[in-house]
Amino acid sequence: MADTNLAALTLREAHELLKTKQVTSRELTEAVLRRIEAVDNKVKAFVSVTSEIALERAEAADRKIASGEPIGPLTGAPIAIKDNMCTRGVLTTCSSKILYNYKPIYDATVVERLADAGAVMVGKTNLDEFAMGSSTENSGFFPTHNPWNLAAAPGGSSGGSTASVAADECLAALGSDTGGSIRQPASFCGVVGLKPTYGRVSRYGLVAFASSLDQIGPVTKDVTDAALLMNVIAGKDPCDSTSLDVPVPDYTKALVPDVKGLRIGVPKEYFGMGTTAEVADSVWQAIELLRSLGAEYRETSMPNTEYGLPTYYIIAPSEASSNLARYDGVRYGLRGKSAPDPVTMFLKTRDEGFGAEVKQRIMIGTYALSAGYYDAYYLKAQKVRTLLRQDFERAFEEFDVLISPTSPTVAFGLGERADDPFAMKLADVCTIPANLAGIPAISIPCGFHNGLPIGLQIMAPGLGEEVALRVAYAFEQNTDYHKRKPTLG
Amino acid sequence: MARRVTLSREQVEQVAFLARLELTDDEKDRLTEHLNQILDHFGKLQELETEAVEPTSHVIPVENVFRPDAERPSMPVEDVLANAPEVQDDCFGVPRVVET
Repeated sequence: MADTNLAALTLREAHELLKTKQVTSRELTEAVLRRIEAVDNKVKAFVSVTSEIALERAEAADRKIASGEPIGPLTGAPIAIKDNMCTRGVLTTCSSKILYNYKPIYDATVVERLADAGAVMVGKTNLDEFAMGSSTENSGFFPTHNPWNLAAAPGGSSGGSTASVAADECLAALGSDTGGSIRQPASFCGVVGLKPTYGRVSRYGLVAFASSLDQIGPVTKDVTDAALLMNVIAGKDPCDSTSLDVPVPDYTKALVPDVKGLRIGVPKEYFGMGTTAEVADSVWQAIELLRSLGAEYRETSMPNTEYGLPTYYIIAPSEASSNLARYDGVRYGLRGKSAPDPVTMFLKTRDEGFGAEVKQRIMIGTYALSAGYYDAYYLKAQKVRTLLRQDFERAFEEFDVLISPTSPTVAFGLGERADDPFAMKLADVCTIPANLAGIPAISIPCGFHNGLPIGLQIMAPGLGEEVALRVAYAFEQNTDYHKRKPTLG
Repeated sequence: MARRVTLSREQVEQVAFLARLELTDDEKDRLTEHLNQILDHFGKLQELETEAVEPTSHVIPVENVFRPDAERPSMPVEDVLANAPEVQDDCFGVPRVVET
């Protein structure tokens, strides 16, 4: 088989070929590594490519296949990992200068689970520094480019993961989502991105940004692959006390193209916050398609939606200011230039190590938590968070899922929103509420405008990943947006 | 009407020190401007009456989570120190803390 075809495979397709011995994991992995070699100078999706480890693991997978042992759907599959998940002995930078040389001494639970499932890690993907941003331009190293238009942003913060999947530089990837960081870049890059229920996937070894919001999830070429990855990464972990002790279903059982009688809510506020006509049209066409398949929909109102953005921009930086206090130049990472005393060392380390966006968020958070302002900002935001959750609770009494755009617009140009503190954040207005409420939400491609993908967001009640996957699968079975490939121009 | 708060450059310097961030003069100017814009935006939340609303700190109802207090092997010292910018006698090395 030709290289490009191998790198373009989905996890499900690759598994069939591996299982029937039509291809080896080594061939698959080499094809992916050659693809990275050929296109990553344009896309810049990877911070590190781990060729040696990948080939070792591919050979281990091939030995297992040759021995006739039963293999799982991820055995031998080349997968990329966002560079904010710890990988033992492998550089884990969070795309920050402050961690430029950090090699963790343990694996994140998701990384360990993927390895146990036989997956082949091909590299670590670029992100906005510490996952703070919506375009991957805040990377401390270099921006990633959107494979559909190299002058456009891939979205963020998991822009490296979504771009690498879109450009066939891996079969699938892991991202993390604090305010939309899986779904919004998935939307911009025309791939599938799922943010699971808070606590469904262990956060152990995910470098913390905002601990009450962070969640790891799959970035894939289709909905089936998202289910396959969820089967491996979901579940209770003794190392993460916030992981849910709830049985993990076989998510592939949710892949049924049947939405008859399904009740879809369409919250009108999600179409108001800067949504362009093209995005709204594509999303409505998708809703009409689901109706033609037997679902019913009704417009609804979630009145507190507009408060999501300010609520998020108090809570996330507050948690971040505390989480990022650990970067002090003592135990790992960068240490600032020679300082006479520890406090000067902390100041210099953090000045040299953090980029502008990270500093700004630490400042916001430190201020919002400081004596005299705590009630006005942090406590207020936590109370509004309750109101936002109640909006969802009410909506899910009436509806099985809620459907909206993932992002109000298609991908914006690199550099276009970099200097405006608000324009960039508006890219996240539709995705932030799911994080604040802790519910699962998936983004799938549902159209194109000017050659750039449009994303459809399906939100479901807590632990309702299966219904979100079912709706996404039904849509995908009746469309071919997910099959289109960028030309990397 | 949203309550208007303004943050002075001196307050920005004070918050920066609390956060152990050294800022250049340019950064102080830019942050003073941006933080004031952002605080204005936060003022929107004051539109909502939340006196009787319980705050959400976590979306899932987790109480204290315990594990058995069982002995486990520690990470090897050399692993723990492997990433340290400076090591002295199996410890993390830092600039002098106490005057002699």
